[in-house]
Amino acid sequence: MSTLVFLESHGNELQKGSLGVLAKAASLGDGDVAAVIAGESAKALAAEAGRFGAAKVWVCEDGEVAQPLPQPRVDVLAQVVEEGGYDTVLFANSVLAADVASGLAARLDAGLNWDLVDLELKDGDLVGKRPALQDSVYADVGWTSTPRLALFRAGSFDATPTGGGEPEVADVSPSYEAHSTAVKLVGQDAEESSGPSIEDADVIVAGGRGLGSPDNFTLAEELAKVLGGAVGATRAVVDAGWYPYSAQIGQTGKSVSPKLYVALGISGAIQHKVGMQSSGTIVAINKDANAPIFEFSDLGVVGDVHEVVPKLTELVRARKS
Amino acid sequence: MKIAVCVKHVPEGPSRLDSQTFRLDRSGEGALNHFDANAVEEALRLKGDSDTEVVAVSLGPQRALDSLRKALAMGADRAVLVSDDAAAGSDLVATSRLLAAALEKENADLVLFGQQASDADGAVLWAAVAERLGRPVVSQAMELTVDGGSVRVKRQTEFGYDTLEVPLPAVVAVSDAINEPRYPSLKGIMGAKKKPQDVLSLAELGVDAGEAGESGSRTTVLALGDPPARADARKIDDDGNAAQAIVEFLAEKRLV
Amino acid sequence: MARPSNFPPPFSARDYVAEPTDPPDERIEVGVLVVGAGPAGLACAIRLGQLIGEHPEMAERFGEVPVAVLEKGKQPGSHLLSGAVVDPRALRRLFGDRFRMQDLPSYGPVPGESVYVLTRRSALPIPPPPPMRNHGNWVFSLSELGRFLAEQAEEGGAMILPETAAQKLLVSHGRVVGVRTGDKGRNREGGELGNFEAGSDLVAKVTVLAEGTQGHLTGVALDRFDLRGSEPQVWELAVKEVWKVAKPLDRVIHTMGWPLRTSKRYREFGGSFIYPMGEDMVTIGLVVGLDYRDASLSVHDLLQELKTHPKIRKILAGGERVQWGAKTIPSGGFNSLPRELHAPGLLLCGDGVGMVNVPRLKGIHYAIESGRLAAEAAFRALQRGETPASSLSSYDDAVRDSFIWSDLHEVRNMRQVFGRGFFVGGALASAMTMSKGRVELGKMEAEPDAEQPLLVTDRDKSYPAPDGKLTFDKLSSVFASGNKTRDDQSNHIRIERRVPREVAQLWAHMCPAQVYEVGREDADGTVMVDVAPSNCVQCGAITAKGGRLTPPEGGSGPEYTVT
Repeated sequence: MSTLVFLESHGNELQKGSLGVLAKAASLGDGDVAAVIAGESAKALAAEAGRFGAAKVWVCEDGEVAQPLPQPRVDVLAQVVEEGGYDTVLFANSVLAADVASGLAARLDAGLNWDLVDLELKDGDLVGKRPALQDSVYADVGWTSTPRLALFRAGSFDATPTGGGEPEVADVSPSYEAHSTAVKLVGQDAEESSGPSIEDADVIVAGGRGLGSPDNFTLAEELAKVLGGAVGATRAVVDAGWYPYSAQIGQTGKSVSPKLYVALGISGAIQHKVGMQSSGTIVAINKDANAPIFEFSDLGVVGDVHEVVPKLTELVRARKS
Repeated sequence: MKIAVCVKHVPEGPSRLDSQTFRLDRSGEGALNHFDANAVEEALRLKGDSDTEVVAVSLGPQRALDSLRKALAMGADRAVLVSDDAAAGSDLVATSRLLAAALEKENADLVLFGQQASDADGAVLWAAVAERLGRPVVSQAMELTVDGGSVRVKRQTEFGYDTLEVPLPAVVAVSDAINEPRYPSLKGIMGAKKKPQDVLSLAELGVDAGEAGESGSRTTVLALGDPPARADARKIDDDGNAAQAIVEFLAEKRLV
Repeated sequence: MARPSNFPPPFSARDYVAEPTDPPDERIEVGVLVVGAGPAGLACAIRLGQLIGEHPEMAERFGEVPVAVLEKGKQPGSHLLSGAVVDPRALRRLFGDRFRMQDLPSYGPVPGESVYVLTRRSALPIPPPPPMRNHGNWVFSLSELGRFLAEQAEEGGAMILPETAAQKLLVSHGRVVGVRTGDKGRNREGGELGNFEAGSDLVAKVTVLAEGTQGHLTGVALDRFDLRGSEPQVWELAVKEVWKVAKPLDRVIHTMGWPLRTSKRYREFGGSFIYPMGEDMVTIGLVVGLDYRDASLSVHDLLQELKTHPKIRKILAGGERVQWGAKTIPSGGFNSLPRELHAPGLLLCGDGVGMVNVPRLKGIHYAIESGRLAAEAAFRALQRGETPASSLSSYDDAVRDSFIWSDLHEVRNMRQVFGRGFFVGGALASAMTMSKGRVELGKMEAEPDAEQPLLVTDRDKSYPAPDGKLTFDKLSSVFASGNKTRDDQSNHIRIERRVPREVAQLWAHMCPAQVYEVGREDADGTVMVDVAPSNCVQCGAITAKGGRLTPPEGGSGPEYTVT
């Protein structure tokens, strides 16, 4: 197996998700793993890629890849796959990486399995794990030809350094297709600082009826603030007018999959569950020991949110400062 | 101008995967993928009162005409369905090939997609289609304006907002934040039936059956299983120290 | 003792009768307008298609859109739910030699049958009483049959308009001229959202209301034209589930007794049905008369309890619930039928007017037959070129000459004699049937369901705790109905919000979809009723028990596919 991992850089930073995929690829231990970095300071970032398991790093600092646009990167990857003869190309999902992976699949007429959460070798064959039907089923997926392309769900793997050394660095400078360089970036605004939106947040603290009253949503808001997260709500409390509809999570609200979901006084009705069950880690606090939410929580606390949450907020704040 | 909107007919009600073919059971009721309604709406908004033609394009079983009719009821002018038994089970690569062939025929100035398919959660198809058409692509568009021979797109990424300029012809995938899709009016629903609806087989599309369906695909589903139980799930009673236990748990998971 | 009828809802039928308001050139004109894509409405549309096909010279008179069928559900079939063991007579008449029974989407003829009287742990088999014998009848999913009928109607030239609620009856100069459809895109407070789409006036030469049980405009029309029958209509509430099971069931089963209580003071009349649906599915349902008195009674939870019976647990073993739903059944029978089934420009069909044979547990064939007869009456009227009031009276004559009338007449006294309910005592019912209803026992007044004085027991304490496998909570059931109604739309349920606690408890327990909750108590001892309208599966029980269901935004509610 010869694997290439697309490392996404933003500014002078490699994205954690893509480093996680690189570390995962290295851990499979079947042949050397290479990485490709396209963008400004690509060369400078190569060493870091080495620490996460890349034996070789292809770098491209062409003006065409200075902006975070997918199509020129398809040209870069097509060139690297051809030059390096890679049979496997891995991506960590992001707005950019998804479009690069899909474009590359069409360019190479290669199979792309997306939304994978794991990858393993079974009797020498590469097998991906893909949740389906609101994560109620897990499918094993494979490829019928090479190269094999895989796009992993955000946060699937921890970015743990593998202790690899200085990688070999190779330049790549492909010829760019006319359509690949047609999009021009004419403006950029950083995210407003009002805190992450509920769809993008890594952490969501959600409140349900168990909070007892609309005023107690401040418990959720304060905890969300110290965790750097957004506040969500169940349908019941939105219906009751405790919190705006835009924060509703569930079947008839938003579907979210943050890294951490903290459920405060939420019973865990199926209508809520389908909107948040693909969250990375779920922590639930509810005084009803029989609440269904405990059946799909990683950590369930049977207790009073009014007691536990203020203490928790204090402890997290203390830890952060 | 001509705008093509790619729409998907997705199953309604309790979904299930066929235990033999591992494919999503598409035999029951279906409806227009609601994310695609945003794309239809955007096309209609761009059209306004102009003579721009809006064509809804889909790939799917014969019943997908129901979803195309919904697009027509909203106000699209014409519908094209690629439907062929040999196309069932197409993966991304095969789907993009068939859809690109249909779009090639249409030769629209602007091809629009919705942000994802609600059945398979796919959110990648547009880039493959654009690549096959040899056209620029932008995804996650939350504002779209046509200005002469190009479109200006505001999009949201993990890092903020980008404004992009894209020469036509182009492919754009819109986010569900871009608009609020209209309800079809009763007149629209009644008029939809009379609007042109073409159903194309692979042969009519000029695509070899071997390039579609499973034989045209490069990925495969090997097995289905239950989701893993939440590994080491724990449940504790608050004895006054639960907050501390939560913090330790989060620290262990590197979440604080 | 509180009676729900003492707390009437803020609702007036007058508000739902209107003159057309759209300018004449914006009104949508159709030949015959059918409200409701159920068995009655679709049979009507199919028959009209056949008649127009046989008389092409009539096509012009029907206009550009000869037949339109309005359906408030997402698709035809989305709001259809029944047992359903169907008497094939009406289907055979409707289709003639166009289809044989085996060409229809059914689960085949009834393979055999059993009737049991249940106690908590035992099941005593009894010989099926004559009205409950089902030899020669066919098992269907009504939702699936509805989809098939809709396809046939469309092939015959009808235009089906789903996701469209019929909100107001358009009446001009004393004559029904069509309906106004509901607005879409209103918010919780009734204001217009950005994508607001106003309803339309849909005008027709003849309007056929085939709305099914608790039909909104049917109720409005009965009041507007003073058509109500000699006795008030009463209802039963049916809650049912469809299960995928490990081994096939080889017969249809009915049960009586447990989990209902036999003591007269509770007035708990009802029973269960368990029908096979092919090799790998069964449907199980529980029906309870809505004249019950105990505010803690919940048909949803009684069905959960029923499934824990050893006999039934065995049938469901290794299985999985695939769908859930609920609906009321009109059960007043013959004496509750309207005085007349027509008004100027208007025909009334099916369950909406109570064409249900309670002891036989059947109504679908009456719905189909009445729809067919309505089509013929409407066609005859249009053949004459005019639609004066008298020309539609031939529909009433046809219904009176049909098996609908003779069947319902035969069993007219059954419920007055034996209490009421789908499931009357076996031997007594047999005697009644064999005497062809000739046992005259004097007419007894029926009381509206909402007039029953309430009592409160702790029945709710013994409902089984939901385990998520065999037994479920109401919200899980709502999910299994396919309901994903937009939450921020206006409330379509009219109730008195401030009521005595037992009335609020009644609604909270009664509603199988958890629409009502007992809210805060006020100083005067009354409580507020909290309402979650988006849970509503439009079963209609609230209308029977002192509130009023109106149609929500088109496309809302359950999305049944196999019920």
